[in-house]
Amino acid sequence: MTAMPPNKILKELSLNSICVGYHDKAVVEDASFRIVEGQIGCLLGPSGCGKSTLLRAIAGFEPLMAGTIVLDNEELSSADHVLSPEKRSIGMVFQDIALFPHLTIRDNIAFGLKSWAKRDSQARVDYLLDLVGLSGFGERYPHSLSGGQQQRVALARAIAPKPKLLLMDEPFSGLDAKLREELVPDIRAILMHERVSAILVTHDQSEAFAMADQVAVMESGKILQVGTPYEIYHEPVSRFVAMFVGQGDFLPAVVCGDNCVHSDLGEIHGDLNHGFAAGEKVDLLVRPDDILHDDESQFKGLIVSKWFRGSYFLYRVKLSSGKVIYCFASSHHNHSIGQEIGIRVELDHLVMFASNAR
Amino acid sequence: MSTLTSQLSTPRARRRLPWLKLSALLVAILLAVPVLIIVVNIFLGGDQVWQHLYDTLLFDYVSNSLLLMVGVTFGTLVMGVPAAWLTSVCHFPGQRMFSWALLLPLAMPAYIIAYTYTGLFDFAGPVQTFIREVTGLGYGEYWFFEMRSLGGAFVMLSLVLYPYVYLMSRAAFLEQSANTLEVSRTLGYSAPHAFVKLALPMARPAIVAGVTLAMMETLADYGTVQYFGVTTFTTGIMRTFYGFGDLAAASQLAGVLLLFVAVLIFTERYSRRKIKYHASGIRKASQRRIPLTGLSGALACLACSIPVLAGFVVPASVLGYWALFEAESIGWDFVILSWNSFYLAASAALITVSLALVIAYAVRLHHSKSVNAAALSAGMGYALPGTIIAIGVIVPLAWLDHQIIALVKQMFDVKIGLIFSGTIIALLFAYTVRFMAVSLGSVQSGLGKVKPSMDMAGRSLGCSPAEVLRRIHVPLLKSSVLTALLIVFVDVLKELPATLILRPFNFNTLAVRAFELASDERLVDAAPASLMIVLVGLIPVILLSRSISSANTNG
Repeated sequence: MTAMPPNKILKELSLNSICVGYHDKAVVEDASFRIVEGQIGCLLGPSGCGKSTLLRAIAGFEPLMAGTIVLDNEELSSADHVLSPEKRSIGMVFQDIALFPHLTIRDNIAFGLKSWAKRDSQARVDYLLDLVGLSGFGERYPHSLSGGQQQRVALARAIAPKPKLLLMDEPFSGLDAKLREELVPDIRAILMHERVSAILVTHDQSEAFAMADQVAVMESGKILQVGTPYEIYHEPVSRFVAMFVGQGDFLPAVVCGDNCVHSDLGEIHGDLNHGFAAGEKVDLLVRPDDILHDDESQFKGLIVSKWFRGSYFLYRVKLSSGKVIYCFASSHHNHSIGQEIGIRVELDHLVMFASNAR
Repeated sequence: MSTLTSQLSTPRARRRLPWLKLSALLVAILLAVPVLIIVVNIFLGGDQVWQHLYDTLLFDYVSNSLLLMVGVTFGTLVMGVPAAWLTSVCHFPGQRMFSWALLLPLAMPAYIIAYTYTGLFDFAGPVQTFIREVTGLGYGEYWFFEMRSLGGAFVMLSLVLYPYVYLMSRAAFLEQSANTLEVSRTLGYSAPHAFVKLALPMARPAIVAGVTLAMMETLADYGTVQYFGVTTFTTGIMRTFYGFGDLAAASQLAGVLLLFVAVLIFTERYSRRKIKYHASGIRKASQRRIPLTGLSGALACLACSIPVLAGFVVPASVLGYWALFEAESIGWDFVILSWNSFYLAASAALITVSLALVIAYAVRLHHSKSVNAAALSAGMGYALPGTIIAIGVIVPLAWLDHQIIALVKQMFDVKIGLIFSGTIIALLFAYTVRFMAVSLGSVQSGLGKVKPSMDMAGRSLGCSPAEVLRRIHVPLLKSSVLTALLIVFVDVLKELPATLILRPFNFNTLAVRAFELASDERLVDAAPASLMIVLVGLIPVILLSRSISSANTNG
């Protein structure tokens, strides 16, 4: 084997307080985010929050109004300088897949390898076809492949030139749920194997959790919180993040100590100081798995709806105060709607926000 | 090219001067000038010639044009609709062959079929000569129909224009849901009854659109009506222009004709919108075709063969015979004619398609209202008769020439000739106005296949903008650009009235030569030029047929 171009491993990508916009109107404001070697980052947010614009700015398709984008000590973009997309060694996978219809699968994948020696490029394509499970499809044309297969080709095409960083813009949104569940872990494994760092854009938290090491939650052009999926889910810093990432409810409560509140479900203790003064009214975040079914409990809830999920039941129960919350129960606790069941809280960390109610 | 390249989704594009957008707007404005000139002329008051025309001939123009339109409507309906229904819903011997053969008359310009049938059926033609020989009767002792009449004109026009009705209604019949027709059968309707009560009304918007297209071509026709001595708008415009030399009156007449065309354009657009409502979600009525055998099969065959034979096979064979055996032998003269036609058509195709590319890329890269409006207005010319466009081109160019000549004379005391009017430039300008719509349509549909994300994919895979154009756009656009070039080329080759008005002195093309020879009653000698036009005209028809028959096998 002749030597192929060596793997270029990303050490660090950082976005420093960047603003992106059109016609002097900022779509993304003051966004900072960084990922390091081997990490997969995710920009998570509802449609129109600016996450795709941010991704396009990293790729070099959008100029910056302020801030800098730095890749391994090289400044890619700033307010008065944009390095062309083709010079960044950043690959991209698009929402509409965007395979070139006039080229075979093989030629699609080899598209970015024009400066490689022919033998190297052939070998790289063969290797990638095998990696994405499509050996034997090389001579076919994109239109003859299924959506999932096309997405694999798009991934292979993007990582073929060994980019330092791969950007993926809602790569799974065109695929059906089952296919997505198969594809997500596959793609994560391929990225790990190829040692490519990546940034994914999605509005689907389950995709974000399945793929990412670092998640940035965005809303209206701002990054609200950056953290691991675990942190984002269990320690959201705002009501928006709490509600956008995962299910849950806000339970009204009154602070009764440095690490304790009083609610409809009795006194609840956390493991950390929450920083609110005693007597303050707060809303406590309770996830479905924070409320457990317990026949022994003195607190009761009336079942208003239920979902059987195979390994567990998810109930919606109404407390005596009228507040309706989720409740988790193991799958042999089959109760009917209208029945009253005992429930208890199991929480380590109190996530709460000053109450909106007067 | 460099403008295109630099604008291709680079972030900086928005901050630079938008050259592409400005060029697109400029092209659109230039192409709109001829039409605007005519529109303005409608409102400019009457001159004496105008008054004279109004008193004497305008009534003739209007009534003849209307009669011709009624006749052509009838003729195209009778030939187009049954053939469309038979080939799309029924199965009979030759059905597959007829479904494309019925398009062949599209290759036959109306004036050429008119010359051919006149040569065949007039007093000195082979048919009447044969009758005289067999019966021994002499001139005036027997009745024979007069080819060169209003009736003859509408038969000729119908024979070559019915494919518009056929194409549109066939597409409508194919779209009709099989279920709708089957439901009517279960409710007690017989197949013919269901055709009249359901299939026909459902296809009506499409049929109307097809008829409207045929009528536009009828209004635009000059060669046939002029040869047959039927006075219509187009002959009136020519008469006023050449006979009276009155540009103002000619353009006023063109203005009235424009009003007629505007009504047709409106009708056509309206029908097209209704076609969408009438199309049912579920496709393919023709899964189970109605089998026609025996007598009904033979009748179906006959109904489809008559248009094909009369509209193409007979006139093409006659032309071929004349060209090969009876016409003056082809000489150097003919080579020059062909070369003139060829380079004129090729230059027009190149110019039109290049400008279409500029507009199409401007629409793609600048999502602005002004550019979209530019694209719409640039496509206006196609509905307009060549005579209107020619007058609209010559008025501003003649004005411009006179200004320049005066200016040069004043400044240098030198007399110079015409620069724009009466040169190839005027002709090319007129062709561009007339045929921008077809090439723009083709180029835009091709560019639609290149999604913006493909540009970005190319860039992120290490291609510069120029490489993105070369490696992605060029291969994806190639076939639609070639199609556009071909269509414009063939249309220019066939075009007669604008060429007649605008051609430089002593400059002849195949179409003009055929027209002149026919006008001199040398129909047989016109055959080689005519045959050449028909043969080249066959190329796009064959392409169209092929796309139709491949859609057929898929269905």
